[in-house]
Amino acid sequence: MNGVHDMGGMHGMGAVLPERDEPVFHHRWEGRVFALVRAMGAFGRWNIDASRHQRELIAAADQLRMSYYEKWLAGLTELLLRHSFISAEELASGRATPAPAKQSPALPAQKVPGLVTRGSPASRSASSPPRFRRGQRVRARNLNPTGHTRLPRYARGKIGAIDRVHGVFVFPDTNAHFRGEHPQHLYSVRFEARELWGDGAGPDDAVYIDLWEDYLDPA
Amino acid sequence: MKKHTPHHDGAQRLPSDPALQVMALESLLVEKGLVEQEALDALVDTYERRVGPRNGAKVVAKAWSDPAYKARLLDDCTAAIAELGFGGLQGEHMIAVENTPTVHNLVVCTLCSCYPYPILGLPPVWYKSPAYRSRAVIDPRGVLREFGLELSAHTQICVWDSTAELRYLVLPQRPAATEAMGEEQLASLVTRDAMIGVALVAVPQAGGA
Repeated sequence: MNGVHDMGGMHGMGAVLPERDEPVFHHRWEGRVFALVRAMGAFGRWNIDASRHQRELIAAADQLRMSYYEKWLAGLTELLLRHSFISAEELASGRATPAPAKQSPALPAQKVPGLVTRGSPASRSASSPPRFRRGQRVRARNLNPTGHTRLPRYARGKIGAIDRVHGVFVFPDTNAHFRGEHPQHLYSVRFEARELWGDGAGPDDAVYIDLWEDYLDPA
Repeated sequence: MKKHTPHHDGAQRLPSDPALQVMALESLLVEKGLVEQEALDALVDTYERRVGPRNGAKVVAKAWSDPAYKARLLDDCTAAIAELGFGGLQGEHMIAVENTPTVHNLVVCTLCSCYPYPILGLPPVWYKSPAYRSRAVIDPRGVLREFGLELSAHTQICVWDSTAELRYLVLPQRPAATEAMGEEQLASLVTRDAMIGVALVAVPQAGGA
């Protein structure tokens, strides 16, 4: 979707403000949200792409105003409702209704080290050879889907060159909507800064973007 | 989180204070048996105390000290960091990009805030900010200037936009006059910002360190 989350190249966002000796979490609740997202994600009822897309669906004006972990909280809450982990009534009252039959957590404490050290790889085995080879010129398609995509607006229609062939990975555009993983080859594509931004950009500068085969045409 | 549009049901029904919202949500999920508090504690502890940029600094110091390791790191970063015991969540697929006298690398995620947890921990606020995400790709030199880094016009800047599940580590240039240093001492010079690409590794003061 052409949402406000797709920020590459936008103006008007102000200066970057690094913070000295920044804590990992600024408030206790931020750490709890971070952990809740992982603990509930472990049920496998949604995936990382659906989780990202849920945050993209937050109204644009709110997204710009909310902090990172506020967005995580809003996205998680919506997913919990949609997937019937909790009801709106329970959310409002803060109490389980009726008193629940005790369920089992998907992420008990003893499984945390495994989650942290193994993660969940998005690579899949290849069933076809890559369509593009290193050095080949490609054009990013001019796609404007209303759903989830990882093809940033600033790259659409632009010409670049394949820099690396990464292998086969889950395709977020379908996975985010529970329409299957559709694994396909993923490439690092080098775009010259002047191709993206015009003559004002550094003549030798470049931006590398990881793009799936369905985002690309030969150029 | 004070105002929300009608379709945004979840947050709309919650109280306006995120600390209260999270506390209520956590206790509800615990009451239902869906979440174990000890698991949440362990996750927070992991990223507050155990996993952070010191991991990445060890990787960089080893690459500076051991040419064979550096070659492996640039060839297969995921396997190379696993040699030091690092990997996993949000670092399942790693790539190292090397700074040289003519090339400077900078990492961003314009679409969300993807970041290599196993070697850098969780991202700082500025990395997740609209300012950084919007400008790193179109105005990298301006962004670097805000970090106090002025690169020569002849230095080629390569920006890596983490749009997929690959996570990037910048291998900074080893500063001059560090030939006598061991890996541990070298690691102490390497900062998080240098491994994102918004800083260089500083030359230690003569006689210092």
